[in-house]
Amino acid sequence: MVGKVDAAKGGAKSLQSPASNQATSKPDLSSISTTFSFKTLKLKTKQQELLIRVTILGLVYILAFITRLFSVLRYESMIHEFDPYFNYRTTLYLTEKGFYEFWNWFDSESWYPLGRIIGGTLYPGLMVTAAIIYWTLKFLRFAVHIREVCVLTAPFFASNTTIVAYFFGKEVWDSGAGLVAAALIAICPGYISRSVAGSYDNEGVAIFALLLTFYLFVKAVNTGSLAWSLASAFGYFYMVSAWGGYVFIINLIPLYVLVLLITGRYSMRLYVAYNCMYIVGMLLAMQIRFVGFQHVQSGEHMAAMGVFFLIQVFYFLVYVKHMLNDTKLFQALLRIGVTSAVAVGAIALGLGTASGYISPWTGRFYSLLDPTYAKDHIPIIASVSEHQPTAWSSFMFDFHILLFLFPAGLYFCFKRLSDATIFIVMYGLTSMYFAGVMVRLILVATPAVCLISAIAVSATIKNLTQAIRGKTTQTTTKALSKQQASLDQTIPYLKNGATALLLGAFYLLSRYAIHCTWVTSEAYSSPSIVLAARGAHGQRIIFDDYREAYFWIRQNTPSDAKIMSWWDYGYQITAMGNRTVIVDNNTWNNTHIATVGRAMSSYEDEAYEIMRSLDVDYVLVVFGGVTGYSSDDINKFLWMVRIGGGVFPVIKEPDYLVNGEYRVDKGAAPKMLNCLMYKLCYYRFGELTTEYGKPPGYDRARGVEIGNKDVKLEYLEEAFTTSNWIVRIYKVKPPTNRW
Amino acid sequence: MGKSTATTKDDAQALFRSLHSAYSATPTNLKIIDLYVVFAVFTALIQVGYMAIVGSFPFNSFLSGVLSCVGTAVLAVCLRIQVNKENKEFKDLPPERAFADFVLCNLVLHLVIMNFLG
Repeated sequence: MVGKVDAAKGGAKSLQSPASNQATSKPDLSSISTTFSFKTLKLKTKQQELLIRVTILGLVYILAFITRLFSVLRYESMIHEFDPYFNYRTTLYLTEKGFYEFWNWFDSESWYPLGRIIGGTLYPGLMVTAAIIYWTLKFLRFAVHIREVCVLTAPFFASNTTIVAYFFGKEVWDSGAGLVAAALIAICPGYISRSVAGSYDNEGVAIFALLLTFYLFVKAVNTGSLAWSLASAFGYFYMVSAWGGYVFIINLIPLYVLVLLITGRYSMRLYVAYNCMYIVGMLLAMQIRFVGFQHVQSGEHMAAMGVFFLIQVFYFLVYVKHMLNDTKLFQALLRIGVTSAVAVGAIALGLGTASGYISPWTGRFYSLLDPTYAKDHIPIIASVSEHQPTAWSSFMFDFHILLFLFPAGLYFCFKRLSDATIFIVMYGLTSMYFAGVMVRLILVATPAVCLISAIAVSATIKNLTQAIRGKTTQTTTKALSKQQASLDQTIPYLKNGATALLLGAFYLLSRYAIHCTWVTSEAYSSPSIVLAARGAHGQRIIFDDYREAYFWIRQNTPSDAKIMSWWDYGYQITAMGNRTVIVDNNTWNNTHIATVGRAMSSYEDEAYEIMRSLDVDYVLVVFGGVTGYSSDDINKFLWMVRIGGGVFPVIKEPDYLVNGEYRVDKGAAPKMLNCLMYKLCYYRFGELTTEYGKPPGYDRARGVEIGNKDVKLEYLEEAFTTSNWIVRIYKVKPPTNRW
Repeated sequence: MGKSTATTKDDAQALFRSLHSAYSATPTNLKIIDLYVVFAVFTALIQVGYMAIVGSFPFNSFLSGVLSCVGTAVLAVCLRIQVNKENKEFKDLPPERAFADFVLCNLVLHLVIMNFLG
């Protein structure tokens, strides 16, 4: 971005020198020859500017891609985390079996014994996108593995997002702001966190789709063209097919329309854009089976429909007003019209809700509006770390200077209010609120923050450079208006100040670039399936225990074995271990998860009954006591208790706590020391010395010596423990002989 | 009470009279579009009435029927807005372009509906 300013200046200079070779120092001579050359020069600058713009965009495009490759360089080309493994598995299935098999897929390997209808319960956009890329490459005779395609899908779409950001910025402000927006979003950590190579998740393509939909909609509002509106409907369709976050679009756009209606900025263009987008977009969205009839049945989508009817009424009223040219008559009509419209709408909504035809808002939606809702009502949402409210430090971490530029950009937007800037302001403010409610929604706010900050940067730098460069022309041209004269008096300060500020902006932006690179390389490029740590001598230690365990499962267990683990690891076990799991990350059945939670938090004999009833053959736990890996099952255990206790009241959280404190050492609660999870994690751990100078059985993740070193297992036996003890697998013994 | 109803009635009558006189000045091509819109809305209402009597069992069929009508009506209104010469916002847009957009949107709409119908 800073390079852009320099390049633009350099280009201007290099153009000036041949044109004004006769006029030696400054183009202050207004002779015919200079005006003529100025004309040709102007044409040339335009071309030059285009060239510079395209070059910058190309560089930003490449930059967005390569900055996301840290994870491949540090580790290897692999799929990250939890959900991506499911996406990878389904993509593999799609490319092997074809689309119809995929669409009708009933997966019996997960949610045993219930199974899961994959085709009807997933957003297929990501898989279809990756499969199309794969088939295209195959058609072009590039022999790539589908895994490489999956790994690089997110960076590829991040690159495309920068292009969309450019056009969006151009639509909202000018092409300079567009370029800055593209550069900012290319390296913004808030976006990189979800789109590094290997993080093959819905969000990777969804942010592209989100921004595309918004851009096309704003374009449609600005032009009033049906074609752009149709394009935005297709963007919306892609978004719906890719991510559940489409609900944000279907609520933000009606809200925007409503705000325009209330502030009196209603226009025919808005009518055309919204109606076509809503009708076609809704119909297209209904083609995704997971979404289905929700657009006409669920409370979350009712706002859009209400606004749709409202805008019809509004159109009709404006039309009648136009026809009548009589204010008194019109007001009478307005009264009748508005009251009847509101009454009809309220009655319809009331009837629909009362009859159960329109479903009420879901818990996920409530938890978005009210940050405290999930904690009290839905522990399964609250248990996920990325659903926690955001700490201010993570705002700073993910946005850096954008956090300061955002309000400045809002100021510029309010100063030049138009339909497009109102949209971007509303997008920014609402998404900032949601980002504060949930950590993972920082992602949704990132494009808005980048765009608004880009407006601030671009407008500021433009003003500053004008102040610096304008001085020479102003002093030479004698015809000065009063304003300019007053400006002229402060010119020495103005110029110096402008230079200083420009340098400051340069410094800030370079800090931003450094921060982004650092964050990407240090924080967001870890696959979290392979762990890295620094050894005592500064060397890198790799813990590849997860894959070791899953490979063991794949090789050593019967192919119909059922594996019980906490739901976090379900996707990975089915994808890498190729075995049936009881619960997985698609948390659609709370009771089933609670049953597993209950088994984990019961005594061994009770747990055995539950495991027998679920046909469990193996139990897998994740344990970080040897390596100091803190996000293991012991630290997640309280959530198992809470979720289990939410359905089965026999499990009570206070049984596992001592004076409200969660501990695993000698002072721990007796139930804690003897529950299945504790036993499985600390089995034979009492014999192991983990750290020099500490007693055996010293848990490095929690920094205590464990309380029950003599763990005896009666109904289970240890089957496999990985080299760093991170994953431990136990076999459930068959029932003992009765004779 | 009686007086107020009388004035409302007068108002309404005056309203309709002036509306009628104003509408008769509309160009014919816009009137044709209006007729088309009214027809589409009327068809949608018939379908809703039918659904109320018979039931909405194949819900996708009902939805596609109604949305086909509503979509057609809305798109026609959009076309009407764009070809209306009184709308200054759209004076750059040639009517041929507006019509092409309209046809394109209808095409997409009804292709999707055909997919959704069955």
